[in-house]
Amino acid sequence: MLTLQYIPFSEVENLSSEKRIAKLLGSVKRNNIVLMQGRLHATEEAQLIEKTMEEVTKDFKGIELCTIYPQKPKRKGDVGEHIKHYLAKVLVGDRDGFTIIGPATIIKEIKKNPDKIELLTHNLRRKER
Amino acid sequence: MVSLQDFLSKLLPSLFSKKKQIKIGLYGPPNAGKSTLANRICKDWLGDDVEMSTVSNIPHETREIITKENIRIKKKGKELSFNLVDTPGIATKIDYEDFLKHKMNKAIAKERAKEATKGVIESIRWLDNMDCVVVVLDSTSNPYSQVNITIIGNLAARDIPVVIAANKIDLRKSNVKKIESAFPQYPVVGISAEIGNNVDELYDMLFKVVK
Repeated sequence: MLTLQYIPFSEVENLSSEKRIAKLLGSVKRNNIVLMQGRLHATEEAQLIEKTMEEVTKDFKGIELCTIYPQKPKRKGDVGEHIKHYLAKVLVGDRDGFTIIGPATIIKEIKKNPDKIELLTHNLRRKER
Repeated sequence: MVSLQDFLSKLLPSLFSKKKQIKIGLYGPPNAGKSTLANRICKDWLGDDVEMSTVSNIPHETREIITKENIRIKKKGKELSFNLVDTPGIATKIDYEDFLKHKMNKAIAKERAKEATKGVIESIRWLDNMDCVVVVLDSTSNPYSQVNITIIGNLAARDIPVVIAANKIDLRKSNVKKIESAFPQYPVVGISAEIGNNVDELYDMLFKVVK
């Protein structure tokens, strides 16, 4: 059975980076697939990978991670779009988008293309035998 | 006769004013061709017999930071001098069982996995030391992976200049345009580090982006 845990942004917004990462990783290590509202900062994502690597064992093989967020303006020259995007970020913070994190023992791969996300799981039934 | 004070006053400033050598890092996911590119750069500028990293089809062949000092690229009367840093591939998961598929015994596979996890941590920690980074991506793979996005996001957050090397253009499935469309804010150069195709263009790009 797969368990999906939803974490609203309000649950993590006042936590320090360290605590935020510990909360997410703790849930993933309990074999939950975490769906968090909003996204981590790029440096927090790197810290999450670092922390994950520190905790890899025979049973915990790491994570699959994916963020989904509104498309940023593509070209450097799109000044108007950049300003709009920046203002949206200031007003809404990191709440925009979603972050999916799951244990690598359950999620084989998260395929992300600009317009769709595919979550491929391992054959759990075979593993349970 | 020169007094000790005079001697020190001349020597010390020259010691401390020595210009810091810039570091160019090769970052990317495992098996993208970072070490192959590192060896290509060494061969091109230090001589045919110089290699800095071992290359293998097995992921996580590079599990420690490897540095080659004082590489000088000379082009069109200009010179770029730097230390080249080859880094372990960054991954979010490492399973020793994956190494068993490459005919390793269990003990060696477990040891390799353990070293690989340390390598990933080391790569991330070294990000702060870089002056410029060449992100090496496999142009036959989907570029929209979170590892690629996290690496590039971290370089942007640190304001480190980036060049993306879309490697393996000699392979039929190579799609440089897909990488360009995934990361339109960054210069992308299609190369084959193994054969040496288009690497000259990468050197030209380094001259443009290194601050």
